[in-house]
Amino acid sequence: MKIMVKSRTLYDKIWDNHLIQSENDTSLIYIDRHLVHEVTSPQAFEGLREAGRKVRAPNKTIAVPDHNVATTSDRLTNFGSEEGRIQLETLDRNARDFGIHYYAVDDIRQGIVHIIGPEQGWTLPGMTIVCGDSHTATHGAFGALAHGIGTSEVEHVLATQTLIQQKSKNMKVEVSGELGIGVTAKDITLTIIGKTGTAGGTGHVIEYCGNAIESLSMEGRMTVCNMAIEGGARAGLIAPDQKTLDYLKGRPNSPKGEKWDKAIKFWKTLFSDPDAYFDKEIFLKAEDIAPVVTWGTSPEDVLPITDLVPSPDNFQGSKVEAAKRSLEYMGLRPGQKLQDIEVDAVFIGSCTNGRIEDLREVEKIVKGKKVKSGIRAMVVPGSGLVKKQAEEEGIANSLKEAGFDWRMPGCSMCLAMNPDQLLPEERCAATSNRNFEGRQGRGGRTHLMSPAMAAAAAITGRLTDVRDI
Amino acid sequence: MEKFNIIEGIAAPMPLINIDTDMLIPKQFLKTIKRTGLGENLFFEMRYDQNGNEIKDFILNKDHYSKASIIVGGANFGCGSSREHAPWALKDFGIKCIISTSFADIFFNNCFKNGILPIIVSEDLHQILLQDAEIETTSIMKIDLENQKIVRKNGDQLDFEVDEFKKYCLLNGLDDIGLTLKSADKISSFEKEYSDKFSWS
Repeated sequence: MKIMVKSRTLYDKIWDNHLIQSENDTSLIYIDRHLVHEVTSPQAFEGLREAGRKVRAPNKTIAVPDHNVATTSDRLTNFGSEEGRIQLETLDRNARDFGIHYYAVDDIRQGIVHIIGPEQGWTLPGMTIVCGDSHTATHGAFGALAHGIGTSEVEHVLATQTLIQQKSKNMKVEVSGELGIGVTAKDITLTIIGKTGTAGGTGHVIEYCGNAIESLSMEGRMTVCNMAIEGGARAGLIAPDQKTLDYLKGRPNSPKGEKWDKAIKFWKTLFSDPDAYFDKEIFLKAEDIAPVVTWGTSPEDVLPITDLVPSPDNFQGSKVEAAKRSLEYMGLRPGQKLQDIEVDAVFIGSCTNGRIEDLREVEKIVKGKKVKSGIRAMVVPGSGLVKKQAEEEGIANSLKEAGFDWRMPGCSMCLAMNPDQLLPEERCAATSNRNFEGRQGRGGRTHLMSPAMAAAAAITGRLTDVRDI
Repeated sequence: MEKFNIIEGIAAPMPLINIDTDMLIPKQFLKTIKRTGLGENLFFEMRYDQNGNEIKDFILNKDHYSKASIIVGGANFGCGSSREHAPWALKDFGIKCIISTSFADIFFNNCFKNGILPIIVSEDLHQILLQDAEIETTSIMKIDLENQKIVRKNGDQLDFEVDEFKKYCLLNGLDDIGLTLKSADKISSFEKEYSDKFSWS
């Protein structure tokens, strides 16, 4: 007799492995890695102190300052603001008092939390990973269930190493075919959001699959999963494969020896069963994806670079008013060619696109060329180690010669908490993840795009089709 | 946490879709190490001009709505970052309930942890409540969590859904950590078994 085993998705499998208890729809799940940064943790540590609680699993808790740190070379003494200094010192004290892993600002391994997790081998397939930051979805590139949590939940995880959760639905996004020249992981993830909308993934965990996704490097996969949250999903996942193992082997905190052998045997079981059920499925052809930019103030406002600024009349319902507001904020008029839009600033960096491969892409475009005069072009490597590698590979020199400002690692102008900000009405070609009103500085106008496209904009001074360069 | 049962108050209409966490509380206010005091900076860029003066047209600056305790907001309310500063700012301002057709996932959870009730309603109900909110005389609503009713000024009672566990925690003002620690033994035995099986984790 054949025994029927219920087919499960990758998400189902990770969920089942971490389920401690479940009552009605409310479950308690175990957390493997808790990443902590300075902005969303002070109140959580304070809560522990007030209740006389300890961190339950300090060995699974990793802290790094990133959001608030200055990216100038004098950042150990220049904090940009007194409040910023206090917040950084608070993390420093909390990390030491509670005995958790910590990469201080003066440690070369410091960087954006979602860059250093994988870099240091903390992020492993099949794990549950949380952080008080919505872009925790990045780690899903390794087949880990990773998502952002609020500060109350940060405190909960610190105290209990568990999280109260309701299981999400399963959503599949399959991208098949071959990507065209100049089309990158960023274009894939933006195109998906443009298609499904910023609430398209609400209540779901997305698994990205298909040969176009498989063809991406680990860096590219991280870019795709990073923006699952902009699509409304709780998390994004990509099943681990040989590329995942190659990336992880030998990382400081990856398993070694026998443990490694045992781990990879398990990791190879981490995939969705062929007939697993998905509540929602989206299919895209890689050939239909072009280099894209955003024109509005929501990440779903995505168009191919060859297109025109849309009119609010192109939309329906409440999106009409939203589009009007966006166009006014962005200082754009319907029918304008996207490629005619001139920029004042270029920002390359963030947890979306601050990895070595992103900087290599930028170098390819700008090597031997000059940033257009009058444009403020900034590169902020995602970590101290990315920065070092880029310096060793000569990328830093090429970019500096082209006229880019080469900065210290951190979140920087992605959210502009530190002094790196846009001025009102300043327009920026950015490789980050959000184009909300005021995101990069009050009144600042953000166009999201890939590193290659941002590099092209730096050279020409306007939004540019990278395929023309 | 304060118990939530019945609230009665002014509902402010904010039909804009995709009200994001940067609108709710911009980044310059995230440097605080406290949970309190953020209310005056709620919706900062919509509420104050570059010189720090109140923008008269903004709904929460209008005399009547400045005392609102409910927001009827557009779809995908609270999208963006995980910052709990957003519900902290709302709470500090005096908002106890948000009604929308959809919420961003993390924001939705964060609200419950801070005694704010986010209610999801259908498009049709949303339109009715928005219209109520837009007129001062009908903008007063009652939210009865125990019985899961929104009571309009005209006495109409509208049902809403809420997760049982979250409702229980709100009604009783319960702290999640205390509840979870009741299962401390279960967590310990799970952890032991788990680390035996996944020795590298």
